[in-house]
Amino acid sequence: MKKYFSFFSLRFVMGLQYRAAAWAGVATQFVWGGMMIAMYQAFYQTEPEQFPMTFEATVSYIWFQQAFLALFAAWMLEAEIFESIKDGNIAYELCRPMKIYPMLFARAAAMRISRAALRCLPILLFAALLPAPYGLRAPEDLVTFGLFLTTMVLGLLVTVAFGTLIYTVTFFTISPEGLRLVATTVMDFFNGAVIPLPFFPDKMKQVLELLPFAAMGNVPLRIYSGDLAGKAALKAAGLQVLWLFILTCCGLAVMARAEKKMTVQGG
Amino acid sequence: MKVRDTFHLYVHYVSIQVKSKMQYKASFFLSAMGQFLVSFNVFLGMLFLFMRFSAVAGFTYSQVLLCFSIFLMEFSLAECVGRGFDTFSTMVRKGEFDRVMVRPRGLVLQVLGSRFELTRFGRMLQALVMFVYGVTKSGIRWNGAKVMTVAFMLAGGTAVFFGIFLVYAALCFFTLEGLEVINIFTDGAREFGKYPVGIYGESILKFCTWVVPYALVQHYPLLYLLDYRTETWWSFVPLLASLFLIPCYGLWRLGVRRYQSAGS
Repeated sequence: MKKYFSFFSLRFVMGLQYRAAAWAGVATQFVWGGMMIAMYQAFYQTEPEQFPMTFEATVSYIWFQQAFLALFAAWMLEAEIFESIKDGNIAYELCRPMKIYPMLFARAAAMRISRAALRCLPILLFAALLPAPYGLRAPEDLVTFGLFLTTMVLGLLVTVAFGTLIYTVTFFTISPEGLRLVATTVMDFFNGAVIPLPFFPDKMKQVLELLPFAAMGNVPLRIYSGDLAGKAALKAAGLQVLWLFILTCCGLAVMARAEKKMTVQGG
Repeated sequence: MKVRDTFHLYVHYVSIQVKSKMQYKASFFLSAMGQFLVSFNVFLGMLFLFMRFSAVAGFTYSQVLLCFSIFLMEFSLAECVGRGFDTFSTMVRKGEFDRVMVRPRGLVLQVLGSRFELTRFGRMLQALVMFVYGVTKSGIRWNGAKVMTVAFMLAGGTAVFFGIFLVYAALCFFTLEGLEVINIFTDGAREFGKYPVGIYGESILKFCTWVVPYALVQHYPLLYLLDYRTETWWSFVPLLASLFLIPCYGLWRLGVRRYQSAGS
């Protein structure tokens, strides 16, 4: 366990080095969030009765989504890992006296957390300073906040587990591009990155909420804004645990098979 | 004669690019499909929003779709041609720009010729499908002036995006690194330009009219197409947007003059 943790902290510190890129990211995401809010406001002003969440809840959903983009964004799979599987450098990792699945898992988690750590505070701070309907508001109570933090950790773990599953499947396909493309597109759409899940048509929403994609960023963001509360929130958190278990088991199983008959590419 | 010659050279550049891309057919189709899928996501998001809302700030679904499709075409065209500017930071960092400077041809031409991104046709195809849908459903009464307006929108919009790519490249002379902030004006514009910029409120509309003229190539001409504005001169407004190229080119010239070789 210790070696995976040191692998994690190594990658974490590495991620913290890119500070200039982080500032640029902060500026971009701040503008992005502002534009999203302006867009939803236009819809809200046209037909407020059709709005599935309160406007304030939508606003805080958007700010948190921007602040923690790195934690849940689908496209943040590491090109480096795909590349090393493709050109055979992954063999070096296989030589190390550690299991490859937890290594990939720790690596992906470290990358996401370090990026988010650099970016989230300035965005949250700016957003909190904005005037009433556009700003970030404090959560309802401490219980909500606690639940928010718990589901955020779970959501991150589900995202990482899904990403790691994609990496492991890549061991079987020679060219990762196609798989990566489909995976990120599907994930992006169904985890509420394009439009928040409550904005989907009702029937579709009921199905989508059971899928692993809904167990990622969707749950914590909606709990914070008060859109998910009480029993519904607990049920969503339970689903997160379930999906985390299933995805990790799948990842481990695929990896075990891959390790048995691996062909290392390249020379 | 010189113009024809330059054009010939550019076509030659492009044909080399296309030939080399076609050596990797599978990879080409996958990337084209990727382009398609990404903007298809955006389209689906819009479709679902409009299943809930019947209009936004007075625009219906098909009208917004028309706006989105034209804007997407403008972007794809500019990106297809101007991709060389997008990857310009590598050129500067590796010192390849030195080689470009010693050749007896225009700098812009050579940078443009260094990349031609045919995969953007994936996105173009989707824009075309949405365009056809938008045209048939949006209830526009077409006439010569309106068809011309659409052509002007395409030309003006491509010029605006091209100008932004030029600025992006010019800034590389000063920073050596591509500036991610510019993404707001490229990817951000593509993302948010799917709606007429007027819906985002007065101050953003002003910004998009006077600073970076997106509004001139989608919001105002769209109002003309939909008969909200009737004076004929509105159909020429998109052409005004190409004036944006002048300051962009100025910045590029400034950068070239300041250029100090960076590579080895």
